[in-house]
Amino acid sequence: MGEYIVEAKNLCKYFKAGKNQTLKAVDGVNIRLKKGETLGLVGESGCGKTTCGRTLVKLYDATSGTVLFEGKDVSKLHGKELLAFRKDAQIIFQDPYASLDPRMTIGEIITEGMNVHFHMSEKEKEAKVNELLHKVGLNAEYANRFAHELSGGQRQRVGIARALAVEPKFIVCDEPISALDVSIQAQIVNLLIKLQREMGLTYLFISHDLSMVKHISDRVGVMYLGSMVELASNHALYDHPVHPYTQALISAIPEADMDEEGTKKRVHLEGEVPSPINPPAGCRFKARCKYAKEICGQEMPALKEVEPGHFAACHMCGKEDW
Amino acid sequence: MEKILEVENLNVSFNTYAGEVKAVRGVSFELSRGETLAFVGESGCGKTVTAKSILRLLKPPFAVIKPESKIVCNGKDVLKMNKKELCEFRGDEVGMIFQDPMTSLNPTMTVGKQIMESLMIHKKLDKKAAREEAIKMLKLVNIPSPEKRIDNYPHEMSGGMRQRVMIAIALACNPNVLIADEPTTALDVTIQAQIMDLMMELKTEMNTAIILVTHDLGVVANFADRIQVMYAGEVVERGTTKEIFNESKHPYTWALLRSVPRLGSESKEELYALGGTPPDLLLPLNHCPFADRCEYCMPICKERKPPETVLSDTHKVSCWLMHEKAPKVESFYDRRDK
Repeated sequence: MGEYIVEAKNLCKYFKAGKNQTLKAVDGVNIRLKKGETLGLVGESGCGKTTCGRTLVKLYDATSGTVLFEGKDVSKLHGKELLAFRKDAQIIFQDPYASLDPRMTIGEIITEGMNVHFHMSEKEKEAKVNELLHKVGLNAEYANRFAHELSGGQRQRVGIARALAVEPKFIVCDEPISALDVSIQAQIVNLLIKLQREMGLTYLFISHDLSMVKHISDRVGVMYLGSMVELASNHALYDHPVHPYTQALISAIPEADMDEEGTKKRVHLEGEVPSPINPPAGCRFKARCKYAKEICGQEMPALKEVEPGHFAACHMCGKEDW
Repeated sequence: MEKILEVENLNVSFNTYAGEVKAVRGVSFELSRGETLAFVGESGCGKTVTAKSILRLLKPPFAVIKPESKIVCNGKDVLKMNKKELCEFRGDEVGMIFQDPMTSLNPTMTVGKQIMESLMIHKKLDKKAAREEAIKMLKLVNIPSPEKRIDNYPHEMSGGMRQRVMIAIALACNPNVLIADEPTTALDVTIQAQIMDLMMELKTEMNTAIILVTHDLGVVANFADRIQVMYAGEVVERGTTKEIFNESKHPYTWALLRSVPRLGSESKEELYALGGTPPDLLLPLNHCPFADRCEYCMPICKERKPPETVLSDTHKVSCWLMHEKAPKVESFYDRRDK
């Protein structure tokens, strides 16, 4: 087993979209996650963030490419090994309103996974549910309630407790905070950071809230139309973004601070993301990129190391004349 | 500046099975031509209800605007209007952009028809003229090839484009006031920047007054002239954007400002999280609504409602900490700069 807990090589996930058309949701993405780190994944809606996260935990099977979890190819897992993988890799879903079964009590929702993976007596289960609810900051009496009795923030905590119930090593957090209020967002993010410190969890944190991603992540990857355009440590990415798309994305964040607003220059991004069905040839960002040259229309740029640990996929990167 | 909208002592209640929910309690504000006023607060604090009351979009008998309330728009008393006057008022005087562009357009009508509808009613244009005007509006909101797009149905458009169509509908009759209820919450950052810039451009061009309802403090810092911070149906602090961001005095405003991570802050340091939940609006509330969650809470806060203290022409705060006998506390700014 190497130092990486999750490794995705040249990951592709295509969906059929009508006759003879394929939607390339994720197209050739490489991701590696060290144990105990948080990788943030940002990008506009429809860029393949969620598909990427779901493929990593095998909710989707990859069209091509491999996902290695602790050195083992996920697509070749069967029986007991697959069961163990399902226990180790968990996901927290985007919408806390839709991802909890309305006909089950919170206690039942949390124990569902435990029934599959552990042999526990009713008493042990009850104790474990209480412990988990306590851990995510909910009162133990919530175990007997239904999801509709809880607020959005409380439901998201149940979603986290459900993921933690089977003692995972790796959690995909798929926009866990985007449906919540600012003050509740801070609570959930604090909780996620605290749990990571206590239990040594590895997170893939998917979000389109760039300031929150910067806050929680060690490294951040930026996706555009199914491929990774830039990947770097969070400081490097936010302080010196290299790819024109990242630059535009970061400059578009409206900051809740009056002093910095005056000095910040916004890079305007015209147009919208092209359709991932039959995406344009060459660099996918070229239609919205003001630096686009001839070569950008012909060849798709590969992810290159610009600085140690800082990768970007752009033909013009590092060249003087742009 | 010329006052275009005045709201005084607005009280709105909802009649539910559990009892009367007092969603908005004594909100007053004014709006001048060409100005942007932002309503900020958590969900359930009455931002949207206040905005909808201005257009009288809340359905009686479930929602009741109390008789002591007063809404005057351009010299006309909105609460005394009959059905016909109300029809003329909506869309013509005040336009509204709704929260969710995915569900607030009619899926069975082309976007062109939806824009033309209000033009034909208010401006009495015939079909041909209305269509031309609608194309002009679509062009104004930067929709590419508007002559073709006008015959599209909403499902053929992306979220950003639908939101632009919503803006086009709201602005079609050149209203004096535009109410934008979370116009960019459902959108991506880059599209959000496009939409907000567009609204600000149109504001300067048409001299429209804008009410911006949002919980995104970043958007507010960029685009609002004045802010009113709402909590549990009341305005707890109001001021210019500068005053709210740099000199705010209310602990709730501090809590909001503290809970957003700043791009310059250290990563993984603990974010400030406001504990507790807003008060139950079913119960009578005769003290400061924020008292239960406030870390500076004093005995008086749970006994009486704080009066509105005037700090400058624009900056007003409702908090007992402003009282001359109250102790001096370390503000959010002192802590941050440490």
